[in-house]
Amino acid sequence: MGEFSMTKETYILGIETSCDETAVAIVKNGSEIVTNVVASQIESHKRFGGVVPEIASRHHVEQITMVLEEAFELSKLSWDDIDAIAVTEGPGLVGALLIGVNAAKALAFAKQKPLIGVHHIAGHIYANRLEQEFQFPLLALIVSGGHTELVLMKEHGHYEVIGETRDDAAGEAYDKVARMLHLPYPGGPHIDRLAAEGNVTIDFPRAWLEEGSFDFSFSGLKSSVINTIHNAKQRGEVLEDKDIAASFQSSVVDVLTTKTVKAALNHNVKQVIVAGGVAANKGLRNELVNKFADLDIPLVIPPLKLCTDNAAMIAAAGTISYHQGKRSGLDLNANPSLILK
Amino acid sequence: MYILAMDTSNQSLGVAIMKGSEVLGELITNIPKNHSVRLMPAVDKLMREVNITPDQLEKIVVAKGPGSYTGVRIGLTTAKTLAWSLNIPIVGVSSLEVLAYQGRLTASALCPFFDARRGLVYTGLYEWNHSNSQMEQLKKETNMLMEDWLGILKDTGREILFLSPDMDKHREVILDILGEQVIFPSESIQIARPSDLALASMKKESDSTHGLTPNYLRLAEAESKWLQSQKEQKNNG
Ligand SMILES: [Zn+2]
Repeated sequence: MGEFSMTKETYILGIETSCDETAVAIVKNGSEIVTNVVASQIESHKRFGGVVPEIASRHHVEQITMVLEEAFELSKLSWDDIDAIAVTEGPGLVGALLIGVNAAKALAFAKQKPLIGVHHIAGHIYANRLEQEFQFPLLALIVSGGHTELVLMKEHGHYEVIGETRDDAAGEAYDKVARMLHLPYPGGPHIDRLAAEGNVTIDFPRAWLEEGSFDFSFSGLKSSVINTIHNAKQRGEVLEDKDIAASFQSSVVDVLTTKTVKAALNHNVKQVIVAGGVAANKGLRNELVNKFADLDIPLVIPPLKLCTDNAAMIAAAGTISYHQGKRSGLDLNANPSLILK
Repeated sequence: MYILAMDTSNQSLGVAIMKGSEVLGELITNIPKNHSVRLMPAVDKLMREVNITPDQLEKIVVAKGPGSYTGVRIGLTTAKTLAWSLNIPIVGVSSLEVLAYQGRLTASALCPFFDARRGLVYTGLYEWNHSNSQMEQLKKETNMLMEDWLGILKDTGREILFLSPDMDKHREVILDILGEQVIFPSESIQIARPSDLALASMKKESDSTHGLTPNYLRLAEAESKWLQSQKEQKNNG
């Protein structure tokens, strides 16, 4: 970033509404949070056992100007200080994304500021830059309810997806297994907690896929968990929930960490970063820390509040696009299946 | 007073810029194309044409539904964010009421409606008061089966002017039930004009920018199912 020598501070306002959090943040120079406000809807969705898209959209439109106001007032900045508006354009729930995108366009128009569409995963990756400067090339492991990806970055704003899930995201598998164990939504943290109490007693499958592939697959594991529970029931055997959780988690964590290590060595990276909601999982964190401690490759895992969806990460990623001269027009649309590139 | 009025609540997209009650510019398209992509560019284009900058705006008016959930939210999000960031008042006007304005030259009762699928409509009954030039609501807005609604209208004994972009889907049943009581105007006035949104707003108090919410007239499906299951649990327990 040397060529952009910071004669003036850069303040980017970020907006994120891709799922069930209405979030607005202001970030300074792409690395320093000024304000980061997140209005979560999780309480409202709990009764449905998952995020209901129409309900999410309804909450976003009710919340958006309030969250904007809170973030702006806390920042003590004026509109003159804001250099650009960055917003998640995808992927995500289309009706939810639309609220952020249209709010961002209205702001860009009203205040005559540049508008920058940001990929949600780029945001998750850049959440880490709010903690620590990037060292290229770097490898990012993104694990969340909607994503399981390995992304290689050789420079700022340049993303190469080298591995992704072929079916379910890791977080999805967690939610499904949690439902089978009658754990409340969202199930990930409950499985993580149970797993810590249990033992790995069941040898669930690990989908390594073809030699050299960094892709993932969790649907086979999911089916295996269903079948195991079902068969045990039929035979009148009792399986401990905590052992199921521990065995399931060990399979997920084994695949995720082994592939991440292989990819990191393969591409000679200088840094490995972890992003997305599942990065909060203690089992995954511990195993990654263990494996990378031996390898002398620095590992960065952001604090919990930056792992889950927030707008500071969108503003941080948007700052890079801003300096690289990337702009969106007032015809920017929500794109639920936007590709990272 | 420069006013920006927007309507993306149904298929047509409308933007108007007013100087008080004078129409400076108005843009209406009636094509099944994406409101999210087209609204802001339409506002930008019209503002440039009439040579107004955003900071000159003094009021935002928006059609708040009923209609397409997504369309309503695109309009409301844009309008609320504009009003908040420009620190100017906002007024939400019912999409049915603004459509009723198209019938304000007659003495008939006015029935605007939008198709809501499976025989349902979003509708209400209005009347223009010619002595004080106000739109008055005769029957509350509702989401119900068109057949049931027409039964209610029949009982009024009034001559009724129907206004709807979805007329073809319901014309037959309207004629069946109401016969002589009905007037169908020509197609060009079956679409609301955004300038009428601005006019309608003049008689209304401003809304709270944060508090203004869509006029869905219907719960989200998941919500009504959930309420139903709660009720059943209560009855069984
Ligand atoms: Zn996310």
